[in-house]
Amino acid sequence: MSAEALSVRALTKVFRVADAKGRRAEFTAVNDVSFALEPAGSLGIVGESGSGKTTVARMLVGLEPATSGTMTVLGQDRSQPARKAADRRERARQMQVVFQDPYTSLDPSQTIGSAVEEVLRAHSALTGPARTARLTDLMDQVGLDTRQTAARPRELSGGQRQRAAIARALAADPKVLILDEAVSALDVSIQAQVLNLLSDIRAATGIAYVLISHDLAVVRQLCDTVLVMRKGEIVERGDCANVLDHPEQEYTRVLRASVPVAGWKPLTSARQAEPS
Amino acid sequence: MLELNDLDVALRVGGRMRRVLSGLSLSVAAGEAVGLVGESGSGKSMTVRAVTRLLPEGAAVSGRIRFDGRDVAAMDAPALRRYRDRDVGMIFQDPRAHIDPTYRIGSFLTEALRVNRGVGPAAARRQATELLAAVGIDDPERRVRQYPHEVSGGMLQRVMIASVLAAEPRLILADEPTTALDVTIQAEVVAILDRLRRDRGIGMLFITHDLDLALAICDRVAVMYAGSIVEIRSARDLHRSACHPYTVGLLGSRPSIQARVDKLVAIPGRPVSAFEAPPDGCAFTDRCAHAEPDCLHGRPALEPFNDGLVRCRRVADLAVLAESRPESPAAPPSEPAAKSVVEPPAESPAEEGTQP
Ligand SMILES: Nc1ncnc2c1ncn2[C@@H]1O[C@H](COP(=O)(O)OP(=O)(O)OP(=O)(O)O)[C@@H](O)[C@H]1O
Ligand SMILES: Nc1ncnc2c1ncn2[C@@H]1O[C@H](COP(=O)(O)OP(=O)(O)O)[C@@H](O)[C@H]1O
Ligand code: SF4
Ligand SMILES: [Mg+2]
Ligand SMILES: [Mg+2]
Repeated sequence: MSAEALSVRALTKVFRVADAKGRRAEFTAVNDVSFALEPAGSLGIVGESGSGKTTVARMLVGLEPATSGTMTVLGQDRSQPARKAADRRERARQMQVVFQDPYTSLDPSQTIGSAVEEVLRAHSALTGPARTARLTDLMDQVGLDTRQTAARPRELSGGQRQRAAIARALAADPKVLILDEAVSALDVSIQAQVLNLLSDIRAATGIAYVLISHDLAVVRQLCDTVLVMRKGEIVERGDCANVLDHPEQEYTRVLRASVPVAGWKPLTSARQAEPS
Repeated sequence: MLELNDLDVALRVGGRMRRVLSGLSLSVAAGEAVGLVGESGSGKSMTVRAVTRLLPEGAAVSGRIRFDGRDVAAMDAPALRRYRDRDVGMIFQDPRAHIDPTYRIGSFLTEALRVNRGVGPAAARRQATELLAAVGIDDPERRVRQYPHEVSGGMLQRVMIASVLAAEPRLILADEPTTALDVTIQAEVVAILDRLRRDRGIGMLFITHDLDLALAICDRVAVMYAGSIVEIRSARDLHRSACHPYTVGLLGSRPSIQARVDKLVAIPGRPVSAFEAPPDGCAFTDRCAHAEPDCLHGRPALEPFNDGLVRCRRVADLAVLAESRPESPAAPPSEPAAKSVVEPPAESPAEEGTQP
């Protein structure tokens, strides 16, 4: 009955680890995280490395079982990872993810074109020339030409691979796309192209984004709302512009003040205790 | 102090020579911080390797590199060692790849002091602790006993900076020193580097793909494209009134922390390396919105324009064009950054500072 694209309640992940003396111990990577995302919404998740952002993303797409908490996608319960292949396919149609390193999601022996076409075959009713036309459209949208479509991942630059991974995710026509540092490693001029593309696609299709990024300017450009995570917990949330312009938490203030702008004098008092 | 003149570098790839730097000229004065900004493949790291004579085997170099008037190419082995150990200090993106993991942090630093400065063991130990304190490391007594794998990347980068300072160099070459770090840690590391280098009057060539960062901490900023400099001017002027179409494009490509724009001014295509650029004509031609047929013939020179240097044959036309154009609709009203020749160079009021 929920109209939300994505809804997460009290999501928690506890990993079993070994402590300094080699004894079994527990480490809480994500603690009691709740949020919701409207259809066509765009949510940013920011926070320092190790704060739990990727773990949240991995749980959302079923790559990691949650220790506790619930998740729904388009109103359907997704708290447990899918067991059956048909279930997995159904979920992949609704939600896709692109990670920072597209090597992990692209098969090295497969051309970019056939990787994208494979997703079209699995998730769309298109066949023959209509499918080929859709493939051409998608590659066009992410700015890859026919030579690049025929290339294998290692023959492309990092930026081109990243755009291929985005095209592949979009081929499933998902309602929710999770981008985990997916634009972070791109060259500035390419990043601008991809950010424009992502805005256009959202406006045109009503897709919803979860954008995980350490880059606050990128989050501001693409997201309506934002969560600030620290040590597995949400420390601040709200309207993106509001949180960045008027941060309430000290941690958010430090994060904001760490962004270099003209006239910026780097701050030394932001020092944080190093875990020993 | 450091002077690069019309530097060409080609690397041997397979049987062929591949050009990576093409007519690069750049200087760093004593105590000055110069930013070298460019996208991947533009040749930033190769510039550093050329300056330190650490280019890959079989590289062909022409042009001149001088340090304090001395020709770096002509240095014999002992002179080169002194130059690398004492005159210039290098900081890289990945400190782990450059710090021996089998040494404790303390030994790594005392080694640097003893070898490069001839300091005795007891004095070296004391100075090592002082250096760690100078780079903002708490509890240096404990840190000297730790191994590199026991500390974070941000901490290790500070150790790297401490080791470079130990040699008391006149010039620091920093190649993406904070790219791998979290923003908050980046701010700290940059602050430390900035303060110590100013206090000690050390010059710096600061290499980064982050134009905002370079503008924030450097005196002058050079923008690199396809193996050469396309524009260089004071950081203040560059951010207000960039003149080269590529610089203008870079400023427009970067989203702003202060406001969302409707559409980023993306540069079409992708950045290229020197060997991928057309052999004749302007290297930026096929991405440039202002390109004319003339741009395809003859390489534009790096020439003085508005208190800086610009490599664009149309720079004067474009500046006139910008003067006569009304308000640019693309720029958000609250955005003080990224003024360019595309907009009239309005005098912006006090710089926006975000520090409390
Ligand atoms: N050892 C090498 N052999 C052949 N080509 C090389 C070698 N090292 C670098 N290159 C090429 O030289 C060009 C410039 O390289 P360089 O590493 O200086 O660029 P950069 O600006 O530092 O890029 P990045 O930001 O990606 O590190 C690139 O096209 C690169 O592929
Ligand atoms: N499989 C795992 N086992 C143990 N700890 C893990 C595992 N995966 C992640 N962690 C820990 O969980 C924390 C959050 O990790 P992650 O989600 O990757 O953070 P981020 O993406 O924000 O960098 C980190 O401290 C990380 O070391
Ligand atoms: S010389 Fe021509 S192509 Fe090159 S930057 Fe100037 S206007 Fe553009
Ligand atoms: Mg992560
Ligand atoms: Mg480099």
